[in-house]
Amino acid sequence: MIRIALVGQPNSGKSTIFNHLVGYKAKTSNLPGTTVEYLKSEALIGGKRAEVVDLPGIYSLTSLDQAEAQARNFLLDGQIDAVLNVVDASLLSRSLELTIQLTEMQIPIVVCLNMEDEAKRKGITINTEKLAERLGVPVFSAVASRGVGVKEAVERAMEVAHAKPRVPFSTYSDDVEKVVGELVKELSCGLAQQIGLAPRLLAIKLLDGDPYFAEQARKNSFELHQRTEQLKDSLGKIRGSSAEDILSAERHNLAMELFEEVATVGRPTVGLRDKLDTLLMHRVLGYVFFAAIMYAFFIVVFRVGSMIETPVMNLFDRSIDMLAQVIPNNGFTFFAVKGIIQGMAGAIGIVFPYLVPFLAGLAVLEDVGYLPRAGYLMDVFMHKIGLHGKSVIPFILGYGCSVPAVMATRILDSKRARFITAALSTMVPCVARTTIIFGLVGYFLGAHWAFLLYVINILVIAIIGKVLTRLFPQVTPGLILEIPSYKVPSIRVVLAKVWLRVREFIILAWPLLIGGSLVLSLFEYARWDYYLNLAFRPVTWSLGLPLALGVTLIFGIFRKELSLIMLFQALGTTQVATVLSAGQMMTFTLFVMFYIPCVATVAVLARELGHGKTALVIGATTTIALVVALLARGIAAMIA
Amino acid sequence: MTLDELRVGQEARIVDITLSGAIGQRLLDMGFVEGTCVKIVRNAPLIDPIDLLVRGYHVSIRHAEAKGVEVEPL
Repeated sequence: MIRIALVGQPNSGKSTIFNHLVGYKAKTSNLPGTTVEYLKSEALIGGKRAEVVDLPGIYSLTSLDQAEAQARNFLLDGQIDAVLNVVDASLLSRSLELTIQLTEMQIPIVVCLNMEDEAKRKGITINTEKLAERLGVPVFSAVASRGVGVKEAVERAMEVAHAKPRVPFSTYSDDVEKVVGELVKELSCGLAQQIGLAPRLLAIKLLDGDPYFAEQARKNSFELHQRTEQLKDSLGKIRGSSAEDILSAERHNLAMELFEEVATVGRPTVGLRDKLDTLLMHRVLGYVFFAAIMYAFFIVVFRVGSMIETPVMNLFDRSIDMLAQVIPNNGFTFFAVKGIIQGMAGAIGIVFPYLVPFLAGLAVLEDVGYLPRAGYLMDVFMHKIGLHGKSVIPFILGYGCSVPAVMATRILDSKRARFITAALSTMVPCVARTTIIFGLVGYFLGAHWAFLLYVINILVIAIIGKVLTRLFPQVTPGLILEIPSYKVPSIRVVLAKVWLRVREFIILAWPLLIGGSLVLSLFEYARWDYYLNLAFRPVTWSLGLPLALGVTLIFGIFRKELSLIMLFQALGTTQVATVLSAGQMMTFTLFVMFYIPCVATVAVLARELGHGKTALVIGATTTIALVVALLARGIAAMIA
Repeated sequence: MTLDELRVGQEARIVDITLSGAIGQRLLDMGFVEGTCVKIVRNAPLIDPIDLLVRGYHVSIRHAEAKGVEVEPL
């Protein structure tokens, strides 16, 4: 089957085009041997089946960034029949450098100038025919958000994938070409053939100092390696700069020349963007708006969520009542079926009603372009704990559910940032823990006490973040954060994103939630409460909590909100205030807030970070929970 | 002069990128090359990040990185 890859710089609208082509059928896959993700799906293009691959956004093919190197190798290993290069037309001069690099790869290519409307707003007019003529490859203009021009571009990509026309390459200055030519001579019959690469491309890559190909050359023959170094030196001497810099400057000049030839820049229409940004990115007002947007966001999510939750939960409650009438309510079968129903109730009735609106809201914020601005604002705080502004996204997600939060750490570049962000984001109270905070502390002690818990939570996370940065010292990663222009969100893209994340959640979390409930129900059947309480005795005793609460903490490992439901059951009353003191409630809730992430989160941590680091997170969070809860007990004792 | 020393609203031409490694490469890829004009949109001393307008797009970098970009004010 023909395989077409979408390649472009971040925010160029690749995903919009991808969504247009494949709808909701997309699958995520990892690039071979890495955690770098890409999307793929089959699509019907011009009546023929093809596989469309959406690679992660890349700025260039020279960068040392892992994602970019992997995307490059994926393109080079010969599995791609055609490239659809998606270009943000409003950023043509910058994007052309990538386009030039792509043509050097000699894979059939079609250029799709997306966001033509945005370019017009910036006063940029592009002569598409001229660009096509100069590049020697088909060029189409498009507005992907409205579906304009996408079909033509993709169908053309399909044609070139079949026809495999020779892709003309851009010529550099004479002195550079001479050196490239010298190296091509050395490569033609040897290494280039061996690794199945165009000799010119390989020569350029070697001069570029690409570590991957440099290694290949060294392994192939030491003479070749020496010759390469020699040629790099001679090129460097002519221009008084390093070979890498010379090539990068050459590409830049080519792109600029090309840009000036094909585009005219007129007066930009003064946009809403600058006005909005003076407010939303303001030093003070920016944070006010950030707080207001987050507040509104959570209010809407919880309103919508509770609207759906109540009827769905009623349905499950009634089915358990009905079950009790059909089969004896003390037998094994009853407890097994009850466990499964309760698990489904938790998965469908509690997590889902909040998770779906949460993810939808976040996808809208992302599509509008607000998230990079949130990253810009939060960078000050994140920097203090050695992270990027970008890490704020997993944290926001964490208030919904830790599972997608941990998954979202994939957007971060370094392993260290991923680990710290993932570990910290599991401590953010998710919807389930919010249920406990409000159902126990909020209900019996008042909303301001619940609010206090959130403040404590943020403080603890900040302190742990600081500690982790000390433990894993490293130069704080530099921040280069592109702030894209605002866009009207596309419902299609938002739905596709929600579906992709929800599906991941279903596959990973549902079996665990349902299986966990089954296990717990069987514990109940076997009347193991006593032993479970005994097992948790060290915790309950040191925190000054009733022994009976041990079992609730075990249930909480499976699903956090079960701690609350089981609390009522364990205490034998819903009037918790008659049994527990205010201090005990605060201590209990604080412990529940931080200790061991739920099984579904543990599973996703293990997948994303590996077993060792997951064990570390489990151990650390439990210790933190104990320390924080002990402190709370002490303070409560002092006040009383 | 380096990029971090510019005031809000000031424009400058990039003279040299002294940053090395992945970050320097990334800046080059994003069009921070000799001769390119940058405008400071938002900047406060000691408060990160700096918001820049380069080649018609906005990008935020920290003072630490901006120090590695030599400029001449226009």
